[in-house]
Amino acid sequence: MLKVIAKRFMGLVPVFFGITLISFFVIHLAPGKPTDIQTSLNPKVSYEARIRLEKLYGLDKPVYLQYADWLKRFVTFDFGRSYTDDRQVSEKIAERLPVTVLINALALILILGVGIPLGVISAVKRGSLWDRLTTIFVFIGFSTPEFWLALLLMSLFGINLGWLPISGIRSLDFEYFSITGKALDISRHLILPVFLSAFGSLAGISRYMRTSMIGVIGQDFIRTARAKGLDEYAVIYKHALKNAVLPVITLIGLSIPGLIGGSVIFESIFAIPGMGRLFYESVMARDYPVIMGVLSIGAVLTLLGNLLADIAYYYADPRINLASEKEL
Amino acid sequence: MSVSRIVKIPLISLAVFFLSLLFHDSSLADDQKFGDAIVISSIADARTLVPILASDASSSDICGMIFNALVKYDKDISIVGDLAESWEILDGGLVIVFHLKKNVLWHDGAPFTSKDVAFTYSKLMDPAVKTPYSGDFERILKLQTPDDYTVRVTYKEPFSPALSSWGMWIMPEHILKNEDLNKTGFSRHPVGTGPYKFKVWQTGQKIELVSNHEYFDGRPYIDRYIYRIIPDDATIFLELQTRGVDLSMLSPLQYARQTGNDFFKKSYQKFRYPSFGFTYMAYNLSDPKFRNVSVRRALNYAVNKKEIVDTIFFGLGRITTGPYMMDSWAYNKDVVSASYDPVKAKTLLADEGWRDIDSDGWLEKDGREFEFTLIVNQGNAERQRTAEMMQKYLKDIGVRMRIRVLEWNALINEFINKKKFDAVLMGWFLGRDPDNYDIWHSSKTREGEFNFIGYNNSEVDRLLEEGRRTFDRKKREIIYHRIHEILYAEQPYMFLYSGDMLPIISKRFHDIEVSPIGIGYNFIKWYVPKEDQRYK
Repeated sequence: MLKVIAKRFMGLVPVFFGITLISFFVIHLAPGKPTDIQTSLNPKVSYEARIRLEKLYGLDKPVYLQYADWLKRFVTFDFGRSYTDDRQVSEKIAERLPVTVLINALALILILGVGIPLGVISAVKRGSLWDRLTTIFVFIGFSTPEFWLALLLMSLFGINLGWLPISGIRSLDFEYFSITGKALDISRHLILPVFLSAFGSLAGISRYMRTSMIGVIGQDFIRTARAKGLDEYAVIYKHALKNAVLPVITLIGLSIPGLIGGSVIFESIFAIPGMGRLFYESVMARDYPVIMGVLSIGAVLTLLGNLLADIAYYYADPRINLASEKEL
Repeated sequence: MSVSRIVKIPLISLAVFFLSLLFHDSSLADDQKFGDAIVISSIADARTLVPILASDASSSDICGMIFNALVKYDKDISIVGDLAESWEILDGGLVIVFHLKKNVLWHDGAPFTSKDVAFTYSKLMDPAVKTPYSGDFERILKLQTPDDYTVRVTYKEPFSPALSSWGMWIMPEHILKNEDLNKTGFSRHPVGTGPYKFKVWQTGQKIELVSNHEYFDGRPYIDRYIYRIIPDDATIFLELQTRGVDLSMLSPLQYARQTGNDFFKKSYQKFRYPSFGFTYMAYNLSDPKFRNVSVRRALNYAVNKKEIVDTIFFGLGRITTGPYMMDSWAYNKDVVSASYDPVKAKTLLADEGWRDIDSDGWLEKDGREFEFTLIVNQGNAERQRTAEMMQKYLKDIGVRMRIRVLEWNALINEFINKKKFDAVLMGWFLGRDPDNYDIWHSSKTREGEFNFIGYNNSEVDRLLEEGRRTFDRKKREIIYHRIHEILYAEQPYMFLYSGDMLPIISKRFHDIEVSPIGIGYNFIKWYVPKEDQRYK
């Protein structure tokens, strides 16, 4: 088993470098240079100063040499320094990760915690008023523009009711609060962002769960369970759910890279300093090292997420045998 | 004699007593003014607080509170001393001698001296430092520091914007002499001489400063300066409604239509003053159509600028006629904007051979229609709307203008720098010194330089060169007024408008004054009376 995993892992390495190679060249296709923000159409910046800056950033070299430089540093786990403020890329990412992961993890828990039961109940009471109401509810969530709903809720809870803060993740007097005060303060700031990031995804997981559950409920072993006189609760939650939840494992595996990704629109509206804004700002500034840093982490997590989903499958479903399927 | 003396003295002291009462009535005692915090919203985070590397608005805002320069601009846009007590301009402008203030301390307690000035200069000239500001300092032949409080700068040739170039913030030598400025931790923990000391920077959230009690110009009244990063305009507006933000810039729409209710009247004060920028349409002068000055003048008659300002800015802006700050001495107030006159525009174009021969509504000449593409950058709604209005005005006289909206980097690199455009709608953000040699001089047309339209007028060239050599303000005024006049007559740009700055500030702040330079110049004198203070 370990050997298989190691082999699969080795197979991911060339894929990873392929991703970085393509990304590197694609981002250089976009017009503009990292120094433009400082220099373009700023009459205080002379022509000579501009040329000097481009040299200092190594932008006068051909792109393939720049890629080689990047790769050389990368294999020693050095992401390089940002072109906008000369800080370590890893430091810039590390600063943004916790809040992004926190919000995404909470949202994921909320999605699973609400979405799975919603789907199960809808499946069990298929066609009932409950089923139809939840369908309408989750599709409203799915189709409502997030930014619009966010502004409405901010206005309602922040201004009209005054219950929640509007933006940011901490109050301005945060440092003067007690420990519990601090925890409470952060929670209050996170309620709206977490709710909103979960709301839009409820539809997906609950529909998925509903379909999967309907499929399982129709199978013979469920009929058997019912026939031998088990109560409905045990039939649904012990026998059916275990089987129906299998495909969800794939979904969770695939959502691992999503944990570090943030939405720009969303983070901008709530003034949350997350990964989405970091990535967007670095793209706008043509800050290549930061773009590459974020992309590489995303690529690694996507590949690992896939691998983990495969392994999880193996343990959850004995029918799957990794070793026997060479072309998995 | 002696009697009258006895009577006089109490009279005087009585007068003094009443005067002081009067004074006391109108302004609070100092200890009632200290305290509180101001929360300022900003769309973008700062990048670096190393002052000679800071090139974005947010970094400059913060650096401006932490650092001082040798000179600064006063409220009437004249240069006054900041770290310099006084200065002399010698040898017809070849030498400037600065006499520095002696009571200035760095935030860590070390004294400020001429060594710091020499150090800042050496870093500006260091080819390994990623500063965009070396240009003005390349003209220095040598910089000497005869003693701790004197700096003598010798230029290669007289350069009148030199004095204003010393508005560059000074850095502490004793902290930075062994640091690599590009990578130094100083960029996030700066130490300056200014009215506020650095406290904390939470990336993407806020930068907080605290008042410097030892500031050489007196301790600022407001204790904390909090710069909150809120990237979304709609969120800032919501924050204003919960009083979460004390100072913010409004859009013309917000100023004119959305902040007039009782809540805003009770909680906020609004201000309005001209900005340092102006918006224009620039023609590519290598295009044969636009090479003809009569054509450019005709287009200027065809565009109703007043209607643009009234519609897009709700009247909160002014029509400009030249490339200088409207309230500065360089702006020639005798140049008046041509009135909106589409009939005259058509006549002028007809005189140049542009007529609607096939009666399809568009003008033709030599079998070709009068059409061109105006490029404008994405993300600036006001400019895009201006472009749409101009499209309509030009259609009225039979000129077909297409609009192409481009991302900023693409606009600059692929179109402006390579000179592949017909016309572009853009703006310049102006420095306080009127020297704009780089924009108008015929030598500044290389790729990436600022005379991208290819303007070439020998008289303007000569005046620009003279303007840089002349120190006397009266003489410079004549020079720049003449340039202004020529540029308006020749219309290489169609000068459009300058939108006003529209800050909104919480009512608890007192003593805010609007001047030609804006509102921030007396920030250290703003205060909140004790009973109105909100923050610790």
